[in-house]
Amino acid sequence: MHTKHKRRTWWQTVLGLVFTVLMLFPVYWMFNVSLTQTQDLRQSPPSLLPLNPTFEGYEAVFQQQLPALGTSLLLGLGTVVLTIVIAAPAAYGLAILRMRGGRPLNFILLVAQMIPAVVMSMGFYAIYVRLDLLNSIWGLILADSTIAVPFGVLLFSAFMSGLPKELMQAARIDGAGAWRTFRSIVMPLSRNSALTVALFAFLWAWSDFIFASTLARNGDMIPITLSIYNYIGNNTTQWNAIMATAVVASIPAAFLLVFAQKYVAAGVTAGAVKD
Amino acid sequence: MTTTQDTSVANGAERQPRRRAAWRGSAKGSPFIAVGFVAPLIAYLIAFYAYPLYRSIDLSVHDYNIRAFVQGNAEFVGLENYVDVVTSDLFPTALWNTFVFVFLSLVFQYTIGLGLAVFFRNKFRLSGVLRALFLVPWLLPLIVSGSVWAWMLNGDYGIINSFLAVFGVDQINWLTDPDTAMTAVVIANIWLGIPFNLVILYSGLQNIPEDVYEASSLDGAGPWKTFTRITFPLLRPVSAITLLLGLVYTLKVVDIIWVMTTGGPANATTTLAIWSYREAFGTGQPDFSPAAAIGNLLIIIALIFGFFYLRMQKRMEDH
Repeated sequence: MHTKHKRRTWWQTVLGLVFTVLMLFPVYWMFNVSLTQTQDLRQSPPSLLPLNPTFEGYEAVFQQQLPALGTSLLLGLGTVVLTIVIAAPAAYGLAILRMRGGRPLNFILLVAQMIPAVVMSMGFYAIYVRLDLLNSIWGLILADSTIAVPFGVLLFSAFMSGLPKELMQAARIDGAGAWRTFRSIVMPLSRNSALTVALFAFLWAWSDFIFASTLARNGDMIPITLSIYNYIGNNTTQWNAIMATAVVASIPAAFLLVFAQKYVAAGVTAGAVKD
Repeated sequence: MTTTQDTSVANGAERQPRRRAAWRGSAKGSPFIAVGFVAPLIAYLIAFYAYPLYRSIDLSVHDYNIRAFVQGNAEFVGLENYVDVVTSDLFPTALWNTFVFVFLSLVFQYTIGLGLAVFFRNKFRLSGVLRALFLVPWLLPLIVSGSVWAWMLNGDYGIINSFLAVFGVDQINWLTDPDTAMTAVVIANIWLGIPFNLVILYSGLQNIPEDVYEASSLDGAGPWKTFTRITFPLLRPVSAITLLLGLVYTLKVVDIIWVMTTGGPANATTTLAIWSYREAFGTGQPDFSPAAAIGNLLIIIALIFGFFYLRMQKRMEDH
């Protein structure tokens, strides 16, 4: 019985590895092409392994793409700050202080997440033309935050409404006001939720293409996604450099996967199914 | 530690009477304190959701060109833009493409995601690590995935064609042939959506009690029977939520199609979202009014399915 069981899981591991290799092949291919010599790119069939690796592509990234990476980093961080500053207090007001009218507001947040970014980008464009906010990093941070704020409020609310009531009562007896309870009790306890919200806000801002390509396309500071897109448009021969940029643009994703995987899964699930 | 506690209690006793008044109200749901915390969100939603949406509706009922945009003196045309869009030759094509793109994406994402979720439910060596690796496509920026797939599907130098050539398949110009372009973007989009389906369906499976399975294996049910009689029916609410949410997300996809085909060739991959994006931002001459009209139609379609999703979710919470 024991050996039979062991043999069965062994097969499952092999099968699982095969599935994973198939699934991650495009990611491997991105690496492979990023290391391929320019003259070998047109080779047919292409080499499955980077046998003659070159770092030309990566040199091009460091010569040309550093400003775009910096812009994306700034965008991501700005979006994280704005999202947390808006979402966390609001969730506290809704889930713990139980503001009246909280239910319709929750409903509005759910609906807000369904609005296509194309439509939002046109609205923002119309507004930014007048306010002269096109091609500005602040305008883009504001637009990018709209992807994360509703999610943030819902995630924080779901967590905060599960906090024990006794804790708030204890704080009250201790004489803490609403703001102090929020700052010194609720927020420290919500650290994991804050991390999840921050990670997603960062990732969405970093990955955004629609807002970047509509609101910031002629600026001096363009984010990395737009930079890759322009690169493809201008220079379709140097796919190694394009793929090297893509590899560098994937660093936040790799970071999340290695260091914050449980928050990622928590965030994906929280967006769809409430426990 | 003890001393700190003591002082805080002492402080508390001292302050209690003054603070209590403010707090008693909030326990009953004081309008003022709670609203103070929520007010920034409400202001934010009005300024950055309601107002842009209002502006996009405003665009769709006027005749805006780029000059009128800056000067703000566009002519009011009522529903004319909507009529133009719906009666245009491209409308049936875009609607059909949207349907094909969404339908095929969902069917395969869901089926593969469910298969993998069931597979990963068996705890085997490395299962946790491998399941985590399946998240990768979902975490990559869409532009990155789109450009990788575009190169893999390149007609002349792509790895996919080299692979198919081994089996004697002739060169397929995936992205430049109107007959295959839709298949190409759907393949990329399925790949992107598998992680989302896997994660949600897997968490749904975790909520099925273990003893249900034990009872079934005592009854001598094989794996297939267990799946059709137990797993699938018990997973139905989670499945519905996954599919509806996937639908709402897939309807608005722009990035992946745009970077791979820009809606071409010959509009073969022009969905409503792509059409709207292209009218507004994809050509040298922005045409915001029809673009906004298409976008608003898309919102209506998304919201119809969105409400089904919300009803479904509420029903699950009530149970």
